[in-house]
Amino acid sequence: MNKAAEEVQAVVTDYQRNLAEEDADTLRHYYHQLLLVRRFEERTGEMYTKARIGGYCHLNLGEEATIVGLMSALQPEDYIFTNYREHGYIVARGVEPGRIMAELFGKETGVSRGRGGSMHLFDIDSHFMGGYAIVGGQIPLATGAAFALKYQERPGVVICQMGDATTNIGAWHESLNIAKLYQLPIIYFVVNNGYGMGTTVERGSAEPDLYKKGCAFRIHGERVEGRDLLAVRDVTRRLRERAEQEHEPAILEAVSYRFRGHSVVDPARYRSEEEVREGRADDPLKRYATVLLDSSLIDEEWLKQVADQVDQEVQDAIDFANDSPDPKLEDLFTYMYATPVANTPGASEAIAAAEQAGGKG
Amino acid sequence: MSVITYRQALNETLREELRRDDNVFLMGEEIGIFEGSYKVTAGLLQEFGAKRVVDTPIAEEGFVGLAAGAAMLGLRPVVEIMTINFILLAIDQVVNHAAKIHYMFGGQARVPMVIRTPGGGGQQLAATHSQNFEAWFAYVPGLKVLAPATPYDAKGMLRSAIRDDDPVIFLENLALYNTRGEVPDDAGDYTIPIGLADVKKEGTDLTIIAYSRMTVLALDIARRLEDEGINAEVVDVRSLRPLDKETILNSVKKTNRVVIVEEDWRSYGIGAEIAATIQEEAFDYLDAPIRRVAGIEVPLPYAKVLERAALPSAQHLLDAIHTTLEGAQVGR
Repeated sequence: MNKAAEEVQAVVTDYQRNLAEEDADTLRHYYHQLLLVRRFEERTGEMYTKARIGGYCHLNLGEEATIVGLMSALQPEDYIFTNYREHGYIVARGVEPGRIMAELFGKETGVSRGRGGSMHLFDIDSHFMGGYAIVGGQIPLATGAAFALKYQERPGVVICQMGDATTNIGAWHESLNIAKLYQLPIIYFVVNNGYGMGTTVERGSAEPDLYKKGCAFRIHGERVEGRDLLAVRDVTRRLRERAEQEHEPAILEAVSYRFRGHSVVDPARYRSEEEVREGRADDPLKRYATVLLDSSLIDEEWLKQVADQVDQEVQDAIDFANDSPDPKLEDLFTYMYATPVANTPGASEAIAAAEQAGGKG
Repeated sequence: MSVITYRQALNETLREELRRDDNVFLMGEEIGIFEGSYKVTAGLLQEFGAKRVVDTPIAEEGFVGLAAGAAMLGLRPVVEIMTINFILLAIDQVVNHAAKIHYMFGGQARVPMVIRTPGGGGQQLAATHSQNFEAWFAYVPGLKVLAPATPYDAKGMLRSAIRDDDPVIFLENLALYNTRGEVPDDAGDYTIPIGLADVKKEGTDLTIIAYSRMTVLALDIARRLEDEGINAEVVDVRSLRPLDKETILNSVKKTNRVVIVEEDWRSYGIGAEIAATIQEEAFDYLDAPIRRVAGIEVPLPYAKVLERAALPSAQHLLDAIHTTLEGAQVGR
């Protein structure tokens, strides 16, 4: 198992919480969110094998507590930039699952109107500023969003989510330097699931304690058990407050485990069966359900009801995606430029291509 | 009208746009305290302060991406890349991100960002500091690429670029900064629309097509040709993406002979695209093959004699023109 995971589990065992002081409905809602992400991703994998979804497709299975913990600590004014393994984040941000599934299906009703697909989910209304599929590409952009918040003296912070292996790319180091120089309200949220594709953290990063990688820039870093929803939420809240009030950027490393391969089609032969069995055994959903059960906030009957409800929600999302229209051929060129100008190449060719394709169809 | 340099035209425009819109800010290496490697931003830090004129560390990918991200939230960054050679360090943010964001996310976010950067050789800066990469960016859907040749155009086009909601690559040229030209005195708020070429000199015998510094060369040659009784038309492309095919084709249909002069490398260059366009859409109007005058395809050498030999020159252009006019009846 990932060394970081062992360390962080040792820390989390004495983590004390007084759940009695928390709002019971909110605590129950978190479980609903966890399960929604889980089912959404399971059914997404299924839809991929049925060829309803094309391209690359990366699932968040196993990372649900990391995602819901993070997103539950955010405010509506915050902005979120993520990598390409982002379905769960936009689900947890509260965007309708049907619109997300429709994007995976390449439909006009999708969150990116069918132009982006699995790796490029975007919803401006909820400040979900995109999944980005070039590793590290979102980091300078997110840093720029934090720059804009400060420039315009607006409240809120930026969350820049990324994977463990992204901490090895130049854009991350350049951005950390800039974020600290300019004192920007941003949290770099590193999901350490132990692997960048098939390369372990230790094989990719000379400093495997990823939260320490901001030290050259005097950026504060912390590591949290990513399978513990409340731990992720609480540390995010604290760092968020600090980023917003003091304009102090931070790194938060959440240690989690990827239940499946890098993408839907990866059989993950680089991991031992034993490791995968152990990794899956510590299921973040079971972990959180136990917390709620132990505190008598829920019972088995409640869990069953939620499961039925979520199953239906995801089925509705699939139905919505299925029933949605494809983008229109005549819109091939639409959205190409925000400001139309004379002589733009491609517009007339796109119309001709659409007519030809329509004629054949 | 008053006569100012290309550098002054840029400097004045930046100042005016900073005054006009609080969301406009400048960003780049050495643009503030140092006042710009080529002094285009001189005096602007003093007037607008460090919030609006932002010195960056040497981190092109970082600050170009930062500008694009800030633009997504409504700011209007004008980024200076010290020379176009360094833009390669930021090309992922320009090509994979800034150029894609509006389309790929279904029109939900805009990237109103300008990247100003000078290209060009001839200063003995050798292979890594003398290049012309405009073709790389003109190739990419989602970008707009401008290359003005005169102070008047620089002003009107930079205004348009800053007010445009798409990412714009604004190409300058090291050898143009000190060139002079007329601009209106009243600092009138004229703009030059993106996507339009300009016939800088009318003529009948052949068309010289150029952009950026080569437009200046082409105009100089066209004037010299008048002594020989040759009346050349000069089309300044000035917008590389979009390319104003109509103006180019209209000129070709009038003169029937074309020489394209460009400072970049010949193969796969801007001239190749223009030549292809002409043969596709005005083949029957051509009385001679289209000729290209371009840079010799080597990494630009340091030694003055070699550098001069590698860059397109007045003599190269004259030779190409005379060859193209062989058998033609000139001075109609």
